Amino acid sequence: MGMTLAEKILAAHSGRKEVAPGELINVKVDLVMANDVTAPIAIEQFRRLGVEDVFDKERVIFVPSHFAPAKDIASAEQCRVMRDFARETGTVYYEQGQAGIEHILLPWKGHVVPGDVYCGADSHTPTCGALGAFACGMGSTDVAVIMATGETWMKVPHTMRLIYHGKMGPWTRSKDLILHTIGEIGTDGATYMAMQFEGEALKEMSMDARFTMTNMTAEAGGKTGLMLVDDVTLEYVRPRAKHPWTVYEPDPDATYAATYEFDASQIEPTVALPFSPGNTKTISELAQDDIKIDQVFIGSCTNARMEDLREAAEIMRGRKVAPWVRCIVIPATQDIFLEALKEGLIEVFTEAGCQVSAATCGPCLGGYYGVLAEGERCVSTSNRNFPGRMGHPTAEVFLVNPPLAAAAAVAGRIVHPEEVAGKVGVS
Amino acid sequence: MSFRGRAHTFGAHIDTDQIIPAKFLSTTDPQELGEHCLENNDPEFAKRVQPGDVIVADVNFGCGSSREHAPISIKGCGVSCVIAKSFARIFFRNAINLGLPVLESPEAVDAIEAGDELEVDLSTGTIRNLTRELTFQAKPYEPFMLEIIEAGGLVEYTKRRLATAKG
Repeated sequence: MGMTLAEKILAAHSGRKEVAPGELINVKVDLVMANDVTAPIAIEQFRRLGVEDVFDKERVIFVPSHFAPAKDIASAEQCRVMRDFARETGTVYYEQGQAGIEHILLPWKGHVVPGDVYCGADSHTPTCGALGAFACGMGSTDVAVIMATGETWMKVPHTMRLIYHGKMGPWTRSKDLILHTIGEIGTDGATYMAMQFEGEALKEMSMDARFTMTNMTAEAGGKTGLMLVDDVTLEYVRPRAKHPWTVYEPDPDATYAATYEFDASQIEPTVALPFSPGNTKTISELAQDDIKIDQVFIGSCTNARMEDLREAAEIMRGRKVAPWVRCIVIPATQDIFLEALKEGLIEVFTEAGCQVSAATCGPCLGGYYGVLAEGERCVSTSNRNFPGRMGHPTAEVFLVNPPLAAAAAVAGRIVHPEEVAGKVGVS
Repeated sequence: MSFRGRAHTFGAHIDTDQIIPAKFLSTTDPQELGEHCLENNDPEFAKRVQPGDVIVADVNFGCGSSREHAPISIKGCGVSCVIAKSFARIFFRNAINLGLPVLESPEAVDAIEAGDELEVDLSTGTIRNLTRELTFQAKPYEPFMLEIIEAGGLVEYTKRRLATAKG
């Protein structure tokens, strides 16, 4: 029987010729990660296991990202627990000043490659599935056991196939494709499933754009999100891979639990309204509503890569952030910060009146650096807008693509980017 | 293993930001996390809940982040188990791994109102609504997961496995 991409990778990692949805298997894990919020529990559980060492020093990675640089004494202690453990065990550790948000840092540094099974103690771990890997978010205790054994149990997921035909319009981004999809299937539409993304619209996307889609499989309840490997993937992977990769392809006769087909040319820039990533409307439906805003956040593991920053800066160039609006820009990693600096993007943002910070998850999860007060409204390029996500439970978060976020910052309300930057492709 | 307690009902898609918001993630202490359990949804819940009580929720309970602080805070405030129409997958795994019983039964959820007295037998998966004299059968656990629960969580289960492998 034919297998999907997820089934192919899981079969290869469980020593089987074939796996089928629903089977419980023991899986060999290529890479395991925890951050400053999830590592302390993972380390405590690891110690309770009583093993002497991690399964492979090169394949256990710690990244301070959520509350780093430390926002308070308790966070500083958590970062120290992780740092001390990494030093003691000789595992891979990225310190502040080299690090950033793990889901952007790890593929960038070549730790995740096509064909890997990668488990991380963070729900946005599926981001790396855009490389044709099986990347899966787990809790700290699961990660502790993987740190010790290099293995984990999994139930082989059903695969949902999502095909995006056509070319995207001038203001539509990969973020809009995934927001539109979550709006269609619901925030539990892909629970326990592997989401296999394909189609013409994806072929034309950069890796930066692709990661945005797999990143938000978490918001559809998916176990993982995967994309097929092509030249764009290999061009990204080749200069950075830290270990050999394997390209798997789904069989033509693979069985899918569901198949969705979208016409990307018909998907408009999309906004997820409070308080769910599935509560979506198109920008045309909203632009008339005069939704005034207090803050804009351009950052997070969803949209803080070079392409995102370039597009936001393009809108900001020569313009100013609206009065009474704060705009916070956070490049995802130290390397991206440097590249943005060299390209002059940091200058564009700063001149426009944005506050630019060094890499951190910061405001996305209401940790610090941009927490919202009661009733405030924020337009954000991040991935979640649940009650209290970015601060006070009544604060509202609207999820958008980077050009739309930049346009909102300039206009002081939710607008079509055209309203700020003019029509694209019209002379 | 059986539990008896009163039901506290919640709606659909109760996410981890509502169960335990990020501002409390710089601690792992069960009691401290328990004091803020579900604060973003119902600020009075943690004060009202009694040891042994049961959280009853609609679909997709625990969606959102992978934070294990969510099941820790639920256990920390004294809740004995969670019954929902369905669970988000990372939360479900975390709960089992930490020994917090979670049961799936849409029928039971529909027939429970806040304050109902419930009795749950984990070994059989039976949910009894004592107030309304109704009995429901939850979706059975995979035998594999039952082994983890019986061992007292994933760490204990893995310790046993590693000891057996060493012979």
